[in-house]
Amino acid sequence: MNTALPVLKAGDFGSDQDVRWCPGCGDYSILAQMKKILPDVGIPPHKIVFVSGIGCSSRFPYYMNTYGMHTIHGRAPAVATGLKIANPDLTVFVITGDGDSLSIGGNHLLHLIRRNVDLNIILFNNRIYGLTKGQYSPTSLQGHVTKSTPGGSLDYPLNPLSVVLGADATFVARSIDFNTKHLGETLYQATQHRGTSFVEVLQNCNVFNDGAWEHLTDKDVKDDNLLVLHHGKPMVYGKNNDKGVRLQGLTPQSVVLGGAVNEQHLLVHDQSAPEPHIANLLARFSNPDLPVPIGVFRQVSRPCYEEQVHQQVQQAKAKSKGDLSAIFNSGDTWTVS
Amino acid sequence: MLQTELGESSKPVQELKGATVRLVGDSGDGMQLSGMQLTNTSALAGNDIATFPDFPAEIRAPRGTRAGVSGFQVHFSSEEIFTPGDGLDALICMNPAALVTNLRDLKPNGLLIVNEDSFEDKDLKLAKLAKNPLEDGTTDGYRLIRVKMTQLTRDAVAETKISVKEADRCKNFFAMGLVFWLYGRDLTPTLRFIEKKFAGKTDVATANRLALMAGWNFGETTEAFPTTYQVPPATLPGGTYRSVIGNQALAYGLMTAAKLSGKKLFLGTYPITPASDILHELSRFKHLDVLTFQAEDEIAAVCSVIGVAFAGQMGVTTSSGPGILLKGEGMSLGVMMELPMLIIDVQRGGPSTGLPTKTEQADLLMAIHGRHGECPMPVIAAASPADCYDAAIEAWRVATRLMTPVMILTDGYIANGSEPWKIPDVQTMRPIAIHHPTETQDSKFLPYERDNLLARPWAIPGTEGLMHRIGGLEKEDRTGNVSYDAANHQHMVNTRAQKVRNVNDLVEPPVIFGQRSGDVLVVSWGGTFGACRTAVTQLQALGHSVSHLHLRWVNPLPAELKAMLAGFEKIVIPELNTGQLRQLIQGQLSISAEGINKVEGKPFSVGELVAKIQAIALKCDSQIATSE
Repeated sequence: MNTALPVLKAGDFGSDQDVRWCPGCGDYSILAQMKKILPDVGIPPHKIVFVSGIGCSSRFPYYMNTYGMHTIHGRAPAVATGLKIANPDLTVFVITGDGDSLSIGGNHLLHLIRRNVDLNIILFNNRIYGLTKGQYSPTSLQGHVTKSTPGGSLDYPLNPLSVVLGADATFVARSIDFNTKHLGETLYQATQHRGTSFVEVLQNCNVFNDGAWEHLTDKDVKDDNLLVLHHGKPMVYGKNNDKGVRLQGLTPQSVVLGGAVNEQHLLVHDQSAPEPHIANLLARFSNPDLPVPIGVFRQVSRPCYEEQVHQQVQQAKAKSKGDLSAIFNSGDTWTVS
Repeated sequence: MLQTELGESSKPVQELKGATVRLVGDSGDGMQLSGMQLTNTSALAGNDIATFPDFPAEIRAPRGTRAGVSGFQVHFSSEEIFTPGDGLDALICMNPAALVTNLRDLKPNGLLIVNEDSFEDKDLKLAKLAKNPLEDGTTDGYRLIRVKMTQLTRDAVAETKISVKEADRCKNFFAMGLVFWLYGRDLTPTLRFIEKKFAGKTDVATANRLALMAGWNFGETTEAFPTTYQVPPATLPGGTYRSVIGNQALAYGLMTAAKLSGKKLFLGTYPITPASDILHELSRFKHLDVLTFQAEDEIAAVCSVIGVAFAGQMGVTTSSGPGILLKGEGMSLGVMMELPMLIIDVQRGGPSTGLPTKTEQADLLMAIHGRHGECPMPVIAAASPADCYDAAIEAWRVATRLMTPVMILTDGYIANGSEPWKIPDVQTMRPIAIHHPTETQDSKFLPYERDNLLARPWAIPGTEGLMHRIGGLEKEDRTGNVSYDAANHQHMVNTRAQKVRNVNDLVEPPVIFGQRSGDVLVVSWGGTFGACRTAVTQLQALGHSVSHLHLRWVNPLPAELKAMLAGFEKIVIPELNTGQLRQLIQGQLSISAEGINKVEGKPFSVGELVAKIQAIALKCDSQIATSE
């Protein structure tokens, strides 16, 4: 055991810059939880890079005393992919929002996930454009009246988890800004996954879309609206743990426990199921018929992209010798004296 | 058997200084392959060479149509040459469509060899011809040689038992054999090529070999050719040579730059004509730590390179006009972050999808100005296929010294063209020194501190104590912190501009070819170098007071440019656009210039430049005075 290593604290991960989010913004909670879990992750700050795009959430790297890149709208996944390929030893986070990663950067998100580059994506979903002052986002609900949709939004919203499961994400989770303990645990689990981890954080924008997730955060109702996933455990929820989810054919159903229905009839959460069938169903759960799940939906193993890139290099080195001179002189040459 | 004697013709030999030969046929006829073989063989014979492949954008346009015509032009010479030649000495046509679309380029009394078997009614119809051009006087004034290539090839390969369809695919080798005989070319390199290319397909290899030799034998035995030609070796500086294609030279240059700077080369790119061959070439060299990443789009390609640059490696992205446009915001971020990286634009005809396989120089202003805000970036333009090698190394030298993205401009003409390349000895080349700080003198690391040329330090993630954040928001000088301060923004804009001007402190100034003052100075940039240099040489030989200045760095313009131009009565700027360098020079230097401009998707011919420059030269005061 190397006792010489300094013990890091949450404060060691904060930069000297003033945080400029609006007072009461859910982003503060995510920042606090990130600083809190990083000492446990055990990677020193100089080996961590936060990469972000554009939007309120994307200011995040400035507030971390790590390496950081505040890039361009939607492109953080592409920047982070290059960074991780160039130096696989780095621990890389992509900080993004619903507009950044699902609208302008939707393409890059899909391709990062299908490649399974070993990094962590934290998507702050507040269902609104904050930094541009209140236009609807790709996750805004239909009919949402905003500055750009005075007659209500016509766009059908994207479901972030369905999107990333469709791209065969190997780690998929959801948490909530207000639920700090759960959020910290979820972020920590994401860092422990090899491959792309995707965490959707339901985050409140108290200026432009206050209360978007109130049904999941209000202490009077949240427990009846939320399903906290635990690997290997039956899907029980409700203020009094009196409800559960079972499968009728291919249709999930909320049931009240008691009488003929007990925990044995309920779906048991298996985050490591090889196929994402149940994860796909869980991603689509919504109130009021079904509880909104939080926790780890899926965690499976698949080779990481950058690892394979460097394996190919090693294989090529084992097979081909030679240097630039050999390449330049290969084929037909002639000599002029 | 004849084949044992191949290589020496028994017919009289006529010596030529050089020849320009074009092979044309359907895009599926193997003309590009044939052209490359003639190129390599001529290079191996010691000739100076220049080539011009010209093919349609479609992979296989409808067979026999004019749209599907694909050609390859080779100019080989015993003298130093810079262009693939103007008029053709020999034209080999595989079908009527090829004939009618190319005949105008054949010199009077030039040699016209046609595959007579493909001039039947159905072929004429596909080429939209009412009459057979071999019969209606179209070919009058040329030395027409009809060869039953299809039938002769079938006969030659009969013993291999391959199908008729396969046999017909060998006829380009027959044509090659005939051309090789005509110009006294050695068959050995092509026989070696056949062996390697068709390894494991014995029948096909044998058939192609037989077709090649049958073509050679046909030349030897037919009475249609009374003589054969010979082009003696050119006098080139001593060394080992090979022929190199522009895109290939660029790839080699990038690999060399990586080696000289001790960096791993990463290419983040997206396929696009005519740049994709750089990706294909580099993807073969993983054993030399070359990483190639085919991104999901052009934007991701440039962004991946920004990540690579931050990580401290050599990031390069390649594209052509439409893709470069998409990379604009990424390049702007690169300028703001002040990270070294290379962006390569292999220009093609535009706008929009334009003419994907044809050449043009119309991206110059986009390369220099095509970003938002005050966003200066150094731009270097390669002059020839082999020069792509040197341009890549020079660009990386500047990018790393000044901490800036650098754009390299080439074009479809030099990217696909080839010429002899003296193989360099990388061991003796000057290293590209790069310093990554490992500690800070100040209490806090200052990522936007400047050195004498205004470059900032390249501190890379993983370095203890140098953690810092960079981004697209305006930076405070020295600290790199986000700053909206008015005076700071002005200062940073000025600093980024001055940094680009500092390129002139790092690179060799251009040199005037010819007198330093006189009637006309021809100013060129990029792939038109060869045509301009040849035209000026010819005009000088005719006694005109014409000099040539070729610009390598087009941004910044050379510090002494204004003084160099001042010595001439007229400045003439030939460009394959509507006058973009002319705009820059007139705008930045307040010097008026005349343009010679063309956007036809093809390079300048020397002849057209000579005529136009001569006309301008004759209007100069000294000429008028002499004639009075």
